[in-house]
Amino acid sequence: MPTPAPTLTSEQLEAFGQELDAIRARVVADLGERDADYINKVIRAQRGLEVAGRALLFLGFLPPAWIGGTAALSLSKILDNMEIGHNVMHGQYDWMKDERLNGKTFEWDTACPGDQWRHSHNYMHHTHTNIVGKDRDIGYGILRMSEEERWHPYYLGNPLYAALLAIFFQYGVALHDLEAERLATGETSLAEKRGMLGEIWQKVRGQTLKDYVLFPLLSGPSFPFVLAGDASANLARNLWSFMIIFCGHFPDGTQQFSEEQAENESRGEWYYRQLLGSANLTGGKLFHVLAGNLSFQIEHHLFPDLPAHRYADISTEVRKVTDRYRIPYNTGPLHRQFGSVVRKIGKLALPSLPGRGGDAPTGVVGAVQDGSQEFPAAA
Amino acid sequence: MPRRVGRLLLRSSLLEALAYPHGVDRYVELVRPLLVKRQVRAEVIAVRCQTPKSATLSLRPNDSWNGIRAGQFVGLSVEIDGVRETRPYSPASSQHAAGGALELTVSTHPEGKVSRYLRDRARRGMIVGLTQADGDFVLPDVHPERVLLISGGSGVTPVMAMLRTLCDEGFTGEIGFLNYARSSELALYGPELDQLGERHRGLRIVRGFTRGRGSPLAGRFCREHLRAVTGDHATASTFVCGPPTLIDAVRGVWAKDGLAEPAVETFTPPALSFDTDCAVGVVSFAASGREAANSGLPLLEQAEDAGLAPEHGCRMGICNTCSCRKTAGAVRNVLTGEISTAIDEQIRICVSVPLGDVALDL
Repeated sequence: MPTPAPTLTSEQLEAFGQELDAIRARVVADLGERDADYINKVIRAQRGLEVAGRALLFLGFLPPAWIGGTAALSLSKILDNMEIGHNVMHGQYDWMKDERLNGKTFEWDTACPGDQWRHSHNYMHHTHTNIVGKDRDIGYGILRMSEEERWHPYYLGNPLYAALLAIFFQYGVALHDLEAERLATGETSLAEKRGMLGEIWQKVRGQTLKDYVLFPLLSGPSFPFVLAGDASANLARNLWSFMIIFCGHFPDGTQQFSEEQAENESRGEWYYRQLLGSANLTGGKLFHVLAGNLSFQIEHHLFPDLPAHRYADISTEVRKVTDRYRIPYNTGPLHRQFGSVVRKIGKLALPSLPGRGGDAPTGVVGAVQDGSQEFPAAA
Repeated sequence: MPRRVGRLLLRSSLLEALAYPHGVDRYVELVRPLLVKRQVRAEVIAVRCQTPKSATLSLRPNDSWNGIRAGQFVGLSVEIDGVRETRPYSPASSQHAAGGALELTVSTHPEGKVSRYLRDRARRGMIVGLTQADGDFVLPDVHPERVLLISGGSGVTPVMAMLRTLCDEGFTGEIGFLNYARSSELALYGPELDQLGERHRGLRIVRGFTRGRGSPLAGRFCREHLRAVTGDHATASTFVCGPPTLIDAVRGVWAKDGLAEPAVETFTPPALSFDTDCAVGVVSFAASGREAANSGLPLLEQAEDAGLAPEHGCRMGICNTCSCRKTAGAVRNVLTGEISTAIDEQIRICVSVPLGDVALDL
């Protein structure tokens, strides 16, 4: 259970930042064949699962083949999007100087064009993590995920929108950088977004053609089975990635920040905000791989460009540092973390009652003068 | 026939649509690395050692290879400790070699990561990456009547390619070849040069050993050496490849005689300057054709100062938005202090400071 956030002086924050920089430097110096072998192994596994899954689905009229094929294809899409796509696009393997794993040009097997993801995620979300009004991952412009956002009767649908977002997550992510809610309010115009829409259309067309037209048609009489298998695999990936990603910044105890709080941050303060705004998931090795190691969300936000399979080792070092500074380290099993996210989605569907405590942005970043700010107790 | 059908199938747009968005290559290469259609790769078909400090590799490039003109170089890449390292090498093979085979002679340096790796690890069957051939150190399409080749040490390779190509084409003009090595033990292509010299009329080869005994020529390049190989260097098309000292010496003679500069090639890396207070060199933005004197600031700022608007995000080395291909030069990462000199790599320009001349694909 996280302890209340301490108040650190600017000297302490600087020293804290240097300790994290040192962890980073040690890992960077050690990068090599082991990391290259790892990502190549994951890619090999993903391609193998994909080919096997699609082959089995051609025999989809046999129930065991349909189940096996759908499972293999689901795993393949999960690996492709999370441990490979998300991580490679962060530039985690750029040091390998392999054009196939170049973070700037990599494309993944999902509806969202890689270039738009790089902007909305790598830059907007990772730089402005949990800053209400700047980090569009807070609610994706659809949900109310912070007390700071004014309530409106629209938000009564919060749980429904969340469920729809989970089911159609790949399309939610694809439309993310489009800022649909700003289109609705007239803050931006469709004309401005034409280029983006074109890219999204291209990508969605390619994905749809492959999964819902070509593979089903090629299978001949297995058409309906392949179609259903592909749709199920996409759905499984959508639900899984929604769950893992919503556990990154919304479980009880994670903090949100205002734009003023994050102004003129030092590197130490930036690290501190990342730490207070992120939450980890506990689990076994396979669980972490399937989560793209985003189960180490804290480490990922401290070092977004270090190979994610290193986060497990890095987390023990980070933990030592946070313990020393008495900084809360938010971690827990999936059912508990996701349970608290679901409760938050439900609670924020209703207007905040005066005097009701909870999740107001109480983030404490920077040298705190009066030291009287309180950290919301964890679940 | 089935092979041709297979290749056509691999290039079909249907297969490409099924492999979207990764592309067919990313699946095929896991089984047959040479079958990729978008990357040049080559298989090592033979390895021999002419000298203790070199390895000579025969390579068979895949179907993506566009061919080469004698004298050009290729980037050869191998994976060393997880990192794809690319270095330029000038093949020594004739551009008419059977099956488009390439011959690279790699000279090892004590600090040379790639050259030592190739000497120690290159084996028949190994797959290496290649770039398409590049460089304008080439024979003119219409061959001149008289050709003069001058090489020092490992610089023999591109002029060897020219010599072999001319011999294969039955060139009837006059060729002079002034070939330097440290000693006869370290001389590359010695026996073959002797043979070619005997076989081809009009080819005159003179060899010098700058440190060894028994040299037909004493010491380093000078006017006397030139006289030993040609009666009239002024009218010959001249190609020089070797260390900067040799190139400077040749240029000196040519300048004194009031002749146009000879064609030159050298692969010796520049001495690095680490002092950002006195930044040197020129930053060139290849895609936009702009150039600016290095101001010592991170490349992103220099690009903006030059009127460009590169994509960028955090400006602190976190988000990778500004990552850009560096095609030449050395940069220092201001976060890590790490210096990288690779010829073809992605760098984050918001945290990279140039050390001397740098070329970016911007």
